Amino acid sequence: MRNITTVIIGAGHAGLAMSRCLAERSIDHVVLERGEVGNTWRTERWDSLRLLTPNWQRRLPGLGEEGGDPDGYATMAETVAFIDRYAERIAAPVETGTNVVSVRRTETGYLVVTDRVDWHCKTLVIATGACNLPSVPRLVNALPGTIDTVTPLGYRNPDQLRDGGVLVVGAAASGVQLANEIQRSGRQVTLSTGEHIRAPRMYRGRDIQWWMDAAGVLDQHYSQVDDIERARRVPSLQLVGSPERETIDLNALQETGVKVVGRLVGINDTKLQFSGSLRNHCALSDLKLGRLLDTIDAWATMNGLDGEVGEPHRLPPTKVDENPALALDLASSGIQTVLWATGYRPDYSWLHVPVFDRKGGLRHDGGVVDAPGLYVLGLQFLRRRKSALIDGAGDDANALSNHLSAFLDGVAVPPEQRLAS
Amino acid sequence: MTVNMESVDNGVNVEALIGAREALTATPEGAQFEWRASCAWVRGTHTQSSVESFFGLGEEQKHKKKFVYDADHPELFASEDNGVTPAEIALVALASCLTAGMAAIAQHRKIQLRSVVAEISGTMDIQGILGIDSDVRNGFQAIRVNYKIDADASPDEIKALVAQAQKRSAVFDVITNPTNVIVEVA
Repeated sequence: MRNITTVIIGAGHAGLAMSRCLAERSIDHVVLERGEVGNTWRTERWDSLRLLTPNWQRRLPGLGEEGGDPDGYATMAETVAFIDRYAERIAAPVETGTNVVSVRRTETGYLVVTDRVDWHCKTLVIATGACNLPSVPRLVNALPGTIDTVTPLGYRNPDQLRDGGVLVVGAAASGVQLANEIQRSGRQVTLSTGEHIRAPRMYRGRDIQWWMDAAGVLDQHYSQVDDIERARRVPSLQLVGSPERETIDLNALQETGVKVVGRLVGINDTKLQFSGSLRNHCALSDLKLGRLLDTIDAWATMNGLDGEVGEPHRLPPTKVDENPALALDLASSGIQTVLWATGYRPDYSWLHVPVFDRKGGLRHDGGVVDAPGLYVLGLQFLRRRKSALIDGAGDDANALSNHLSAFLDGVAVPPEQRLAS
Repeated sequence: MTVNMESVDNGVNVEALIGAREALTATPEGAQFEWRASCAWVRGTHTQSSVESFFGLGEEQKHKKKFVYDADHPELFASEDNGVTPAEIALVALASCLTAGMAAIAQHRKIQLRSVVAEISGTMDIQGILGIDSDVRNGFQAIRVNYKIDADASPDEIKALVAQAQKRSAVFDVITNPTNVIVEVA
């Protein structure tokens, strides 16, 4: 067993950013990685996926100059290369091929058991990501055995699907991207959607991410949000990073022939039942987008950009059929595959420390987990709206390494929300 | 938009509701409620239902008094019209649930309501309930609710109120989503 001050679990962009911040504070640490650097990006993403954020929005502490098109959206191969490059530039102490089997609390810290060497540390940082496991509703068990099921973690491209119709359940970024790609492969897609949030790729001539970054939307701190639990559950924007900079909201998808139905709420033998709330879910999405664009326009005016960028405009409301289907019979609809794009959840099965809430999430305050010297990063709205983006890792790692450093010094740390951010 | 935020009063005690939400987040057992009604057949298609007790916050609860509802069918169904039809009661339930929710949400959002009127209608092909055509469902083909709202708020804020009321409504959920119904004979 080896002793060290801090163990970081996970060498993705978040774990590496934390490594850089600890190195700056001369805190000795190791980054344990089950596979290679950026493992999840290498092994658990579909072929066509590109980042939802433009290349300029990949700022990480100590990254230095990056070449390439700042406005492009990186493919997975480019993303892996980017993270490799970053690990190299910051000379992160990564132990690859090291799978963490369990973590337990000791009197002075944490015992990290791996399939190679074990570690003891005073402080531990969980940077294993938010998307380890697909989050699939229990309804899946009611599907007839003749129907294939797949999740975005197992999906690679449309060729792996049988011919015939596909029901995509969920219309956040994953769901709309896959619905789009599968529909274009010649398979009829039905997209079942509950709450979702539409967004145009470009607005007034700029990327929507540019606006949200510039107007401070992405920097919003978790202490400024009314109901942070709800904000953390908000689905991702309906965005795709494509060279054409296309918008893939429900209107765009319907134009390609995708059929939109309400939230999947029941399966009765071969009959799928959809909620009658589709119209309201679309109205909520339209209103939410309207408020975002209002914020952007107000910011543009305040900052004297009105002459420089395109004219403000609003998107046409989401088209909803007069009578959207409330039921669909699998036996006669031609649907052969159900793709559950119903979200992801982290896997903490190895973490044997009592820090879980009743729904299996970590009890934490802005990444400071409810156990001495334990931290997490890379989760949705951990500290800021951008926390789960590559671009959000730097600020979070910086704040958490300050906290970690004070903890090591035995300084009483004030409650997180009052900390200067 | 000129209203003083402090003076917004829709008659909803939002502080109490928020307090309840916080308390029940900590003790989810208390959030387990059971709503009940007792329905007795009178004669023909006339029934009388009463509602008095319910269960919640971990114990038996009671309304201030017993509420009684007559239901029947109109004379053109060869009934005596001693009350509205049960399907109309479903419309009443939906509209009142949405409207009540709207008042609470408006209060929380500091929006003063002056008047809220919902016109609700449900279209029904009664070939279903009469068993004439098995392809026709018994229930409503569609339900439409039309709100006229006078409030100190922008049109988009009012639309957002109406959308949020649907999102949080129990009866909207009951009507738009399937529910297992278990009917037994004692």
